[in-house]
Amino acid sequence: MHEMAIAGSILDSVLRHADGRRVTHVQLKVGHLRQVVPASLEFSWELITKDTVADGAPLVIESVEAVGACRACGEETPQAGFPFRCGACESFDLEIVRGNELLIDWLEVEDPVEA
Amino acid sequence: MHVKKIRVVEDALDANNTIARANRADFDRAGVTVVNFMSSPGAGKTTLLERALERLDDEIRLGVLEGDVQGSLDADRLAHHHAPVVQINTDAGFGGECHLDANMVRSALPSLPLEEIDLLIVENVGNLVCPAEFRIGENARVMASAVTEGEDKPLKYPLMFRACDFVLVNKIDLLPHLDFDMDAFLSNLDAVHPGVPCALVSARTGEGLDAWFDWLRDVAERGREAA
Repeated sequence: MHEMAIAGSILDSVLRHADGRRVTHVQLKVGHLRQVVPASLEFSWELITKDTVADGAPLVIESVEAVGACRACGEETPQAGFPFRCGACESFDLEIVRGNELLIDWLEVEDPVEA
Repeated sequence: MHVKKIRVVEDALDANNTIARANRADFDRAGVTVVNFMSSPGAGKTTLLERALERLDDEIRLGVLEGDVQGSLDADRLAHHHAPVVQINTDAGFGGECHLDANMVRSALPSLPLEEIDLLIVENVGNLVCPAEFRIGENARVMASAVTEGEDKPLKYPLMFRACDFVLVNKIDLLPHLDFDMDAFLSNLDAVHPGVPCALVSARTGEGLDAWFDWLRDVAERGREAA
């Protein structure tokens, strides 16, 4: 159960970017190759944001599938499981180009300054 | 009230990674190479460490940072060796975390006599999931997997097996009593982490341990060259 630690780390970044403004939405990207349980992360987020400016802001998790780029033929193939294999030439020599993400993509804040 | 969207695109573990880089800079300055040693509970990390302390004592100045949720049982076991041993407990102010993170290691730095250490081995909290997510400022990562855990573990915990630079397959002295399929284990390991070096060892009988000592010598040597 490391989701609480991850939620705490996300909150640190979010509070820094929000700079005192109320946060209304946090968008996260989580790759399939990370061992993060979305329900557990959402629950941790709910607990850890209590009494902060991010209290009540949904943490929306966008799941990113694993994609491998073949070092032999250059083809990019989505990877559903192990071993990683190129869909075009069957090579096992792939570089993972997506699926390792654990990124805060964007957030939304209430801005007191009128646009 | 106007709503403003802020584009962030920042690693969610940015705070940890920043502290890990600071740890690494401090270790580099002191000329200390750091190994992050991970496994499930009971895979034999502490015994493998004891063997390394016995064997490498007169070659490399070793130090040990012991991470556990509670207590100092492991540090006590290692205390009679020459090497400095420091214990971190994750329940003391760190919420009983199931892994070490960069900040916990940072808090232990003042207790570590870095000037007396060339190679610091950090024994992480026994856990096959969480430690793999948190960098601590290490140069290399090694994991132990005991044959008593079964051959399916690489497929069940791929992040850990993918995160390490070396795998010790421990307790091979027990193979005659188990249904463990070594070929299946090695093929599962190769499926999740193609080409990762591994060694079949028994910390109890000493079989195969030269590969473990050689790997540590190698990491220490590369650390020295990089410094």
